[in-house]
Amino acid sequence: MIALLLRDLKLSVRAGGGALIGVLFFTTVVAVIPFGVGPDLNLLSRIGPAIVWIGALLSALLGLDRMFQTDREDGSLDLILMQEHPLALTVLVKCLAHWLGNGLPLVIASPLLGLFMNMDEVAIGATMLTLLVGTPALTFIGAVGAAVAVALPRGGLLVSILVLPLAIPVLIFGVSASYAAVQDPAPFMPPFLILVAITMFFAVLGPLGAALALRNAGD
Amino acid sequence: MRLMVEALSARRGEDLIFRDISFTLDGGQSMVLTGRNGSGKSTLLRAVSGLLRPESGRVIWHSEGTDADIRAAEACHYLGHRNAMKAELSVSENLGFWKSFIGDFPGGHGVSVGEAAEAVGLGDIAHLPFGYLSAGQQRRMAFAKLLVAWKPVWILDEPTAALDVSAESVFTALIKTHLSQGGIVLAATHQPLGLENARELKMTGFAGGTESMW
Repeated sequence: MIALLLRDLKLSVRAGGGALIGVLFFTTVVAVIPFGVGPDLNLLSRIGPAIVWIGALLSALLGLDRMFQTDREDGSLDLILMQEHPLALTVLVKCLAHWLGNGLPLVIASPLLGLFMNMDEVAIGATMLTLLVGTPALTFIGAVGAAVAVALPRGGLLVSILVLPLAIPVLIFGVSASYAAVQDPAPFMPPFLILVAITMFFAVLGPLGAALALRNAGD
Repeated sequence: MRLMVEALSARRGEDLIFRDISFTLDGGQSMVLTGRNGSGKSTLLRAVSGLLRPESGRVIWHSEGTDADIRAAEACHYLGHRNAMKAELSVSENLGFWKSFIGDFPGGHGVSVGEAAEAVGLGDIAHLPFGYLSAGQQRRMAFAKLLVAWKPVWILDEPTAALDVSAESVFTALIKTHLSQGGIVLAATHQPLGLENARELKMTGFAGGTESMW
């Protein structure tokens, strides 16, 4: 299992891996917002957490479809399915590797993008913390979509469409926790704890669903 | 050790590809599937490997020291048309990953990555990225994957595609060694593999014509 984690991490940083592409896309999306909205600093800092979260959500969707598809194309998936390891555990490890390769760079890049949006340090910290907790949930939800669409040749868009509705609760609680940190009357902890709960819920359900889908994708 | 296939039938879409195929292979025995393109050789191999849910029938694995309800697929190596190696990683990284991920089945031990690359005659290029190798070299390295982790059953789908004559003889020698260690080989092929005592199952394709000849 450690071997699988290391292999997937290596693949994500080597040529053709999605790690850098996701961060670049994230940066691009957030960086064009000030040009579109105009130089109103108050407005930018007010919509900042939401924009950073939406950018992170879209970038997280970008690499999801390749999660199982590359393994299927070169035949590795057949061998992975045949082993005695519980498939849900294998999928969980692949999700962790995918998050470390694609999700964590987004979290690390988010403070810089917070500066682009004229957010203050508390808002930047809160957004980074909610992204750290929330992006694994996006990967776990995405794993189910990626597993369902694994046999489709152009499944990328379909994965996004399947995953986006399920990712909306993550977005809602992530953004509301980020806002709660800067706006006084709203408490930070309740939405943040719900976000933690969503992530843990999908950490269980996602790999199970993806394993079921992969078993039935057999051809 | 025994691999039993009982009344296996498989369907692709609407078509029944084969029906009621039964055979038993004991340790040291091999079987070669022959037949024209589309006759169901690959389908049968995927069904035996547990990658395709059969329409009916089952595959049973029996050996001392393992649970009776073990999935037969866990005792099998599957070498399909695709090599299951990552072009971005070096050959030794690929083989090392499969060695630790697949692991040894009870009753044997795989050889080290270096020895496996030596055994297929490419020991000096194991540091190269897999994508740099030629098609034939890639096929040889995919074969080396069978050596790094011990599994009693080798399921080979066209193992000698893209290979030159010398590589074919290397493969035949490796398969014979595996058989002499008590392994089981089930292979689909067009070229003769040069195995003595190999049983032959002629796939005729589509239900109705599924009489199997030994």
